[in-house]
Amino acid sequence: MSGIAQAFRRHPELMVAAVLVLTVVTIGLVNPVFWQPSNLFSLLRASVITGILGLAVLLVMLSGGIDVSFPAFAIAAMYLTVKAMIAWGFDSILPAFAMATGIGLLLGLVNAVFVHYLRMIPLIVTLGTGTAVRGFILGVVGTSQINIDQMPPKLIEFGRTQLFSVTQAAGSETGLSAMVLVYAVIALLIHLLLRYTMLGRGIYALGGGEEAARRVGFNIRQTTFLIYGLAGAIAGFAGLLHGAMIWTANPRDMVGLELDVIAAVVLGGASIFGGRGSVIGTILGGLTLVVITNSLIILGIDTTWQRVVVGLIVIAATAATAWRDRKRIA
Amino acid sequence: MSAPLIELRHVGKSFAAVRALEDVSLSIGRGEIHCLAGENGSGKSTLIKVISGVWQPDQGELLIDGQRIDGMTPRAAIAHGVQVIYQDFSLFGNLSVAENLALSSELQEGRKLVSWRRVREIARRAIDRLGVDLPLDALVETLPTSGKQLVAIARALMSDPRLLIMDEPTTALTGREVAALFRVVRDIQSRGIAVLFVSHKMREMLEISERLTVIRSGRVVAAGPIAEFDEAAITRAMTGQEIAAEGYHWEPAPNAAPLLEVENLTIPGQLEDVSLRVMPGEIIGVSGLLGSGRTELALALFGMRPGYAGRIRITGQEVRLDSVQRAIDHGIAYVPEDRLTEGLFLAQTIDRNMLATSLGRLSRAGVVQSGRAARDAAGMIREMTIATPTGDRPVTQLSGGNQQRVVIGRWLLNDPRLLILNGPTVGVDVGSKSGIHRKIRELARARGLGVLMISDDLPELVENCNRILVLHRGRLVSDTPVEATSETALGEQLAALA
Repeated sequence: MSGIAQAFRRHPELMVAAVLVLTVVTIGLVNPVFWQPSNLFSLLRASVITGILGLAVLLVMLSGGIDVSFPAFAIAAMYLTVKAMIAWGFDSILPAFAMATGIGLLLGLVNAVFVHYLRMIPLIVTLGTGTAVRGFILGVVGTSQINIDQMPPKLIEFGRTQLFSVTQAAGSETGLSAMVLVYAVIALLIHLLLRYTMLGRGIYALGGGEEAARRVGFNIRQTTFLIYGLAGAIAGFAGLLHGAMIWTANPRDMVGLELDVIAAVVLGGASIFGGRGSVIGTILGGLTLVVITNSLIILGIDTTWQRVVVGLIVIAATAATAWRDRKRIA
Repeated sequence: MSAPLIELRHVGKSFAAVRALEDVSLSIGRGEIHCLAGENGSGKSTLIKVISGVWQPDQGELLIDGQRIDGMTPRAAIAHGVQVIYQDFSLFGNLSVAENLALSSELQEGRKLVSWRRVREIARRAIDRLGVDLPLDALVETLPTSGKQLVAIARALMSDPRLLIMDEPTTALTGREVAALFRVVRDIQSRGIAVLFVSHKMREMLEISERLTVIRSGRVVAAGPIAEFDEAAITRAMTGQEIAAEGYHWEPAPNAAPLLEVENLTIPGQLEDVSLRVMPGEIIGVSGLLGSGRTELALALFGMRPGYAGRIRITGQEVRLDSVQRAIDHGIAYVPEDRLTEGLFLAQTIDRNMLATSLGRLSRAGVVQSGRAARDAAGMIREMTIATPTGDRPVTQLSGGNQQRVVIGRWLLNDPRLLILNGPTVGVDVGSKSGIHRKIRELARARGLGVLMISDDLPELVENCNRILVLHRGRLVSDTPVEATSETALGEQLAALA
């Protein structure tokens, strides 16, 4: 094996980084507008929600499972929290995010119960819980969208916080959303968890082989509950953050988003068979996906092609990782 | 005289109606290399699991240092110094060598945080202790089998065991790797650690062990110092029969035409220029190491490698086997190695499994004629002597041997001309094994069926085949009539290729 191939194999992040650089350079050459700060900032901003949700999916995929319930959980947490904020008249950021995170956590633990105690396939479990939660929200809680005029002002204010702003060549002012920092903090925490705690290594071990993980002394139940609970909590948090960033709470939002997020995670080098993947890879994968899908406009391609592109990315990235992992499984 | 390290007294263990162990007594002294021999399904694994606390015996007792231990658990076994290296090694392929080594001790110390420096230190110590060289940062999955095994051994030695149980440690190793493993085992022994070496390979037992216990059908049938045994005695004990007595003698029928002729069969990177001829009634053994191309040969003949180059003739007529359906149409049947995943529909009944490939033949205008189907299935259950009262039982209720008969019987219903068997008796118990062998020989003799038997089990080939082919790196390296070879000669030939 050549040195480069080996480096890619040991550090799949390098591959994603290469894809990202190639994509960015290509798009930049086709249309230099790409390099304008406003475009770059908006891409970074757009990758926040996909990226945070990607971290939730990464946890589940590392253990050898898959999660498709997180958009439903995110929306449920967001909608319930915003409704509660309006109904009970509390308008402060920390309790709101604590509530959304808690709702996500509870829903995630439900997934864990099914996966661990009933030994059900994660795909089926999360398809079921996701659909049920969405149905519950629309059927019982409400179907009406909460618009900017009703949204809690503190939430909107939080969502539009900027880290800094620059003046563009044309004279207009453009800023980088502070939500990027929120994303970075969450990513750092997950990275530390996965890399430097036994709980995190247990997730990798579980993905490497459940029986072996049990024999070596990992607590499989604890690990499973941690994975799905944390994934749910992250989803709940991301849901409210999403609402804050778009100043609306729409119970029908995020439909079909699971595919984009899974595409980002797989693009980031995570294996659909479990056991491999990293936070850095997921961040890069998320960025790449967002750059590709959001740049169709400046490339002069009709946005209806976006879904086609996402679908193809899922297939291509999964094929690439499956091809990479094939030898190991055989 | 001090008590033995571990002693089993009259241990019995049953699973549902199956008696896995019966009145087994065994003792292992300190620092002794003890060999536990037995065929697949003889109860070896159950015995290991009793010693390592996975299962508790129904009868009898387990003593460590002369002290009776009740309610042994895996954790307690480890605390008493029993470490098991399973055949699959229980390693994490996706993690580095260093982490694989350090994980269990880190967990046992109740650590919550990972210091990668400490992980490397722990791993470095474990490897130095074993006196081998392993790349600490390599992912375990990138190591060859022998390397993975060393990681597993190094990991087991970290907890200062007194008894190391190695389950079939040489299965996937080459001759040179086995020699290296034996050096490691002797080194382990020299530190006063006892090793229970579980195997079914005669030569290895004679070379490495000091004492031998042979079990068959869950009972101890022979035990003693290794000096009291030779290969013939071990074989007799393991199989309970004089093997050499039988054998397959095939006489070409006058002016019979070849059933199958293969000329220069080539699949790039897998098979190269393989030519062979099968006459009606021949049973041809195919041997070779893993990766020799023997399975590829079977798959090519069964239409699963449509891109092959070369010519294949069946009863003189040139055919192109580019799909499984085509192969079946030409009378070729294939019983895969892993019947559980490839051969059987586990959720279905015996009848349905039996009829799975005959439905086309049994249908009229797309509707299966159930009367005929039931008659056929019942007839084949009788012919293959499958131990079941009726065919509507789930196939999972059958023993391994009977399941294998279902798969073979299924193909016989199609009246094939060429039967390809890949590992026909892997995981089948001894009694059932000779039954299946007898059946295959009878079919070849009576029906003029041609059989290609791919197997790792050299006695199986010598006993059943009239010719034995050896493949190596995709090439046919020898084609010997069985009279001109022996298990020993074949074993040496394969060892030399490794």
